[in-house]
Amino acid sequence: MTMKERTHALRMLGPEPVEITLHINGHVSPLLLDPRTSLLDALREHLNLTGTKKGCDQGTCGACTVWIDRRRVLACLTLAITCEGHEVTTIEDLAQGTELHPMQRAFLAHDAFQCGYCTPGQIMSAVALLEEGHASSDAEISEWMSGNLCRCAAYPNIRAAIREVRDAGGGNHHAAD
Amino acid sequence: MRPISYTRATDVASAITTVSADPQRAFLAGGTTEIDLLRLNVVQPSGLVDINLLPLKQIEELADGGLRIGALARMSDVAQAPAVAERFPMIAQALVLGASPQLRHMASMGGNLLQRVRCSYFRDTHSPCNKREPGSGCAALEGINRGHAILGTSEQCIATHPSDLAVALVALDAIVHTEGPKGKRAIAIDDFFLLPGDTPYREHPLDHGELIVAIEIPVLPFARRSFYIKVRDRSSYEFALVSIATALRIEGGVISEVRLALGGVATKPWRARRAEQILVGAPAERASFVQAAREELAAAVPRRFNAFKVELAERTIVRALETATMMGGTA
Repeated sequence: MTMKERTHALRMLGPEPVEITLHINGHVSPLLLDPRTSLLDALREHLNLTGTKKGCDQGTCGACTVWIDRRRVLACLTLAITCEGHEVTTIEDLAQGTELHPMQRAFLAHDAFQCGYCTPGQIMSAVALLEEGHASSDAEISEWMSGNLCRCAAYPNIRAAIREVRDAGGGNHHAAD
Repeated sequence: MRPISYTRATDVASAITTVSADPQRAFLAGGTTEIDLLRLNVVQPSGLVDINLLPLKQIEELADGGLRIGALARMSDVAQAPAVAERFPMIAQALVLGASPQLRHMASMGGNLLQRVRCSYFRDTHSPCNKREPGSGCAALEGINRGHAILGTSEQCIATHPSDLAVALVALDAIVHTEGPKGKRAIAIDDFFLLPGDTPYREHPLDHGELIVAIEIPVLPFARRSFYIKVRDRSSYEFALVSIATALRIEGGVISEVRLALGGVATKPWRARRAEQILVGAPAERASFVQAAREELAAAVPRRFNAFKVELAERTIVRALETATMMGGTA
């Protein structure tokens, strides 16, 4: 018995633009997208959520780190169309109104950036890091933040910011395990 | 990146049927290699069948002490599963030492086995590459080949197999379970990865439309004290220059059983069978380890920039076996 005897091929969508619905930062966003569109481009070019940055666009720098279903992932290597049915969270959703997330405040307090381009990704990664429970030492923080490169080399200050939030009890009112 | 069509499968059979129906279609799992290579035009499927909703994520503890891991279980979930860390620590360690936390949340176990080489000439569509474009030549032979393989190479291809996980799985004699247009089959992991030979474009024995559904790791009691060591240019988020997965069983100071596999130095995850032959029955001491390492690397074919890997691999083997011995290889 072969598979072909039992099932039919599924209908393919595209390659012309496809109507999809994304759930981003608690909002429902209907979009007409080329199936090739990355989540990163959908956020920046179609939804004007430009907080998430495009660094390498090939999964090596971490500047595009967002959460899908509360897990940190890379938006550049994720096709937007695959995110239907999942909850996407970006840096824009971290503050509550005008009140910055404790990690954002700590990055300011510790001068944890220079040019700032990698910072949204660093912060999204750092909040998730604390939720994952991998920040017990500087060595562990370095290892579990290694997916976020900082060409200005603000690493000591990034670690200091993460330590502060960790020692203050996390303040993770958004990320879950 | 050429235009693509897309669909989302919810059952294994229709996913297989849909990919099988068109040679230009491919499965899409975590996408961490595939989307990257699509954008570089290195792979050019016209349609993607998203398999992420298939029920292939479970980590099943087999009663005899083995494990069966669903092909879509994520690297991060497998790495932190207690049963994996207890029964086969080398797997958990290999997973955590690979990629980055973000990529490990995305990448699947099946996709990890099918990830493509990181040879820069393979990724650059302007360079000759027998893997990407059969018959075009190999730019790495005389090119920048510092990261390339010294074992299992051919004059057609010297690209290093990039997976850490696969090195542990080869050491453990894992079994790759698949379903495809011709039905189900189980493939021994060492047969799953093909040497480049004269056909470097053939990397695995899967048919078009054949899907990895699970990876089984047979029980191996002494693997509970196994481990994975990775040597690389920077301390994290980097591919291996040399890596070792090993487990030892020592009785009365003599090695009674050993598993040894190498990563970062070969065109496939490299089971060090010659070294294992020498080690079984030998005293668990440095002299045995040095001899085993030398004989395993005797077949190495170094190139201009990667000759250092021969000695690095020998030293890392010795260090790994010394560490395994100190960890108490007695069963």
